[in-house]
Amino acid sequence: MSEQRKCVLVTGAAGALARGVIRRLVADHEIIAVDFRKRADLDGVAHSYRVDFNKRGFEDLFRRHHINGVIHLGRVGPHESNLTGRYNSNVLGTQRLLNLCVKYKVSQVVVLSTYFVYGAHAQNPTLLNEEAPLKASGLTHDLIDTVELENLCNVYLWKHPELHITVLRPCNIAGPGVRNSISRLLSSQLAPTLLGFSPMMQFIHVEDMAEALRLAWDHVSPGIFNVAPGDWVAYQDALVACGCTRVPLVSIPGMIPQQIAKVLNLKSFPSHLVNYFKYPVIMDGSAFAKKFGFKPRFQLEQIFRYYREKKRRQDFLSMFSDA
Amino acid sequence: MNIFSTLRDWVVPKEIEEKFERTPKNLGSFRYDPWGYHPDTAIVSLTVVKQFFDHYFRVETEGIEHVPASGRVLIIANHSGQLPIDGILIGTAMATADQPRLARAMVERFFPTVPFIGNFLNQTGAVIGDPINCVRMLENEEAVIVFPEGVRGSGKLYKDRYQLKRFGNGFLHIAMATGTPIIPVGVVGCEETIPSAANLKPLANLLGLPYFPLAVPVVLPAKVHLAFGEPLIFENDATTEDEVTERVEQVKTAITQLIQKGLVKRKGVFV
Repeated sequence: MSEQRKCVLVTGAAGALARGVIRRLVADHEIIAVDFRKRADLDGVAHSYRVDFNKRGFEDLFRRHHINGVIHLGRVGPHESNLTGRYNSNVLGTQRLLNLCVKYKVSQVVVLSTYFVYGAHAQNPTLLNEEAPLKASGLTHDLIDTVELENLCNVYLWKHPELHITVLRPCNIAGPGVRNSISRLLSSQLAPTLLGFSPMMQFIHVEDMAEALRLAWDHVSPGIFNVAPGDWVAYQDALVACGCTRVPLVSIPGMIPQQIAKVLNLKSFPSHLVNYFKYPVIMDGSAFAKKFGFKPRFQLEQIFRYYREKKRRQDFLSMFSDA
Repeated sequence: MNIFSTLRDWVVPKEIEEKFERTPKNLGSFRYDPWGYHPDTAIVSLTVVKQFFDHYFRVETEGIEHVPASGRVLIIANHSGQLPIDGILIGTAMATADQPRLARAMVERFFPTVPFIGNFLNQTGAVIGDPINCVRMLENEEAVIVFPEGVRGSGKLYKDRYQLKRFGNGFLHIAMATGTPIIPVGVVGCEETIPSAANLKPLANLLGLPYFPLAVPVVLPAKVHLAFGEPLIFENDATTEDEVTERVEQVKTAITQLIQKGLVKRKGVFV
């Protein structure tokens, strides 16, 4: 008896993480790849669209394809839009997506969140579990959309149990092709630090995160889960391991580094994330690991080696261009 | 990776290195634990503090064999002396005992906001005094030092020395919930290290500190006596807060007896 292939809509399809997820699913799923930035060119994926969730045309995808599930990875980042634009895309856009899921009887939704929702606070306990309060929106307005997106998912989680929503909160995602703030920072030659602060951090390789998303898709289990390996490193040690030169910035009072970050206007060191380079936000990922049988393949050293080698390659190429 | 990693090879004597290697630790691939503990910083700090432990405070330890060689344990002691010298000396005694243990001290919540100091304390094993941290560390089979008097004890005046302040009940709830034995510790001598005549509250408020002592800005070489008592184990069967308070009083009584023992034993404050 042949089983009909499930149809999965993957948002943020042009990103490295989505590519990893699609690569894992494409053999036995029909993939609908969407991204608001560009049309993703993906091997084995027939249906790839550049589309904005808030536009009316987005619903046509649900009319055209019989979508069984959604893996929602697409986000508008702080360097792509202002606060209002991000709220409209990330929160209202996600609401529209979830409403369409209800309307077209989608049976599973996996949503990517972030550890930023916990907020970087001096008094955070270590090994935060999923029940810890989300402080981010109280600490900086620029993260309101990330917290609101989770609140929205929570509402749909109990109001529409038929959607089987699973929210994953990963730690810092890093590795080849990743273009988030921390990955840009680890890729750069000069990396800002806050004088006298080196908070503990967690990193997950983009391929491991793609595997975590695949597991969340395979084992339908609604709820919210931290995704973080049981390994930790101080921020400044991570920079050294990636071959970055540390540039210390004045760290107190707290307004000074934020103002410096605003003036520098670096994508890798946005002002609203400054406190994440000051205070640790360490998560307990054991619930996800236990429930989904997740075990990361990549060690910290392997993640950092990629950035070291990337810099060596750039140095090597710049030697030729200088010549 | 840091300066302490380089110093470790130069300054740490073989005896401390050998004991340190035997201390149970649970570290990640970069030799940190989730709370930021780093063995290189801890061992260099221990080497420096051991000199003060042996030659400045001339610490005498009694009953340290009651601290289990491994597994979760709460070290509950009286707090005094304006600075957390008592915590440092208890930690040193445990780290250099025949059965060495890494002691995790719970520190004031403002420390993480202080550049260098916050990270340094974390690297030596200290963490902010949050009940969640305490529970997580006990689940991780750590030895955790708690001063249930908090700033009420450390900030007390010289005239109130060796009078225990109110104990919070939190530690006992945690001990019962996690099935952790309690080792009571009586500290004698730290009250005299920085004798305070008064608490300058307006100045403390201005600086955002819990207290600001009117004291000579010198740490005096008082002789310190640490008495570790026998383990106290409480079943998780208290049904009211009054029952918990009653058990807290048992711990307080045990510490009072250990303090009295130390006071009787010492010949003078500085000898």
